[in-house]
Amino acid sequence: MPTDLAVLVAAAVDGDRSAFEELVKATYADAYTLAFRLTGNEEDARDVVQDAYLRAYKGLKKFRGDASFSTWMYRITANCASSYLVKRSRNRHENLDDETHLADERPEIDPELRADAASERRRLADALESLPPDMRAVVVLRDVYDLPHEAIAAELGITEGAAKVRLHRARKRLRERLFPLRAERDGEESAHAV
Amino acid sequence: MQCEHVHELLPEVVDGNHQADPDVVDHVQGCLRCQAELVQYRRLLRALHNLRTEVLEPAPGTLSGILAHIEAVGERGAIRSLLSGRRAAYVGGLAVATAAAGAGAIVLLGRGKRRVRAA
Ligand SMILES: [Zn+2]
Repeated sequence: MPTDLAVLVAAAVDGDRSAFEELVKATYADAYTLAFRLTGNEEDARDVVQDAYLRAYKGLKKFRGDASFSTWMYRITANCASSYLVKRSRNRHENLDDETHLADERPEIDPELRADAASERRRLADALESLPPDMRAVVVLRDVYDLPHEAIAAELGITEGAAKVRLHRARKRLRERLFPLRAERDGEESAHAV
Repeated sequence: MQCEHVHELLPEVVDGNHQADPDVVDHVQGCLRCQAELVQYRRLLRALHNLRTEVLEPAPGTLSGILAHIEAVGERGAIRSLLSGRRAAYVGGLAVATAAAGAGAIVLLGRGKRRVRAA
């Protein structure tokens, strides 16, 4: 952890409110980015980071210096986003279960767009957004933020086995969407023609 | 071993954290199709990893929203503690929550509210 951040964390743990505010200022864009990647939209991401920092503030005494503050915030943000998405899916009568999304396993991609020189990064972000939230969460936390399986399972309230299964499915879908092989492209084109 | 079977396993073995079945390794070594598939997965993992360096700019008001949320909940909690007579717990919480000056303001607010309710 950078020294300045470590100093702020120590002061905040000792009850220095302004140190905590400085800590928020130094880290919120990063936490917001994760929240955005998990929820897929700005409004939800804002709600999630608000909850996450409140939880961090209340739980600051429990923060042990052995993990970095950023990693600790990622875990809290992941947990808040997970609860938030469950609540949202209930309100909108969505279903978060993997199986219900199989119908749109191969979302249509406009060939013009694919041919476009849009950056790989942009396409990757789009592909991530197209995943069901529970799959997206696991692949973002593991492959982008490098959290261990154990932490991911704990924050999402699932078993490590389930986390791994979701991760592998998510990677497979992203691979299919981002780098379609010739045979897959041909299959898609003939499917469009029908 | 069939390519289709190997393809199913690649998302699991690509990060190197999982000990791949020697049969799978043998197959991939001798199969261009599976090697191409593995390359795509490696490319995907690299791209995901690189995404980590991108920090989005939060919409204006995000920071003030976070700080206001903490402030508001801190004050509500303090008021609740006062009203429920858990004064000791409240004072303990304040040591964490606020500097001494802020604490005075919250106490006043809490008392004001209690008076309103009593009236
Ligand atoms: Zn093969």
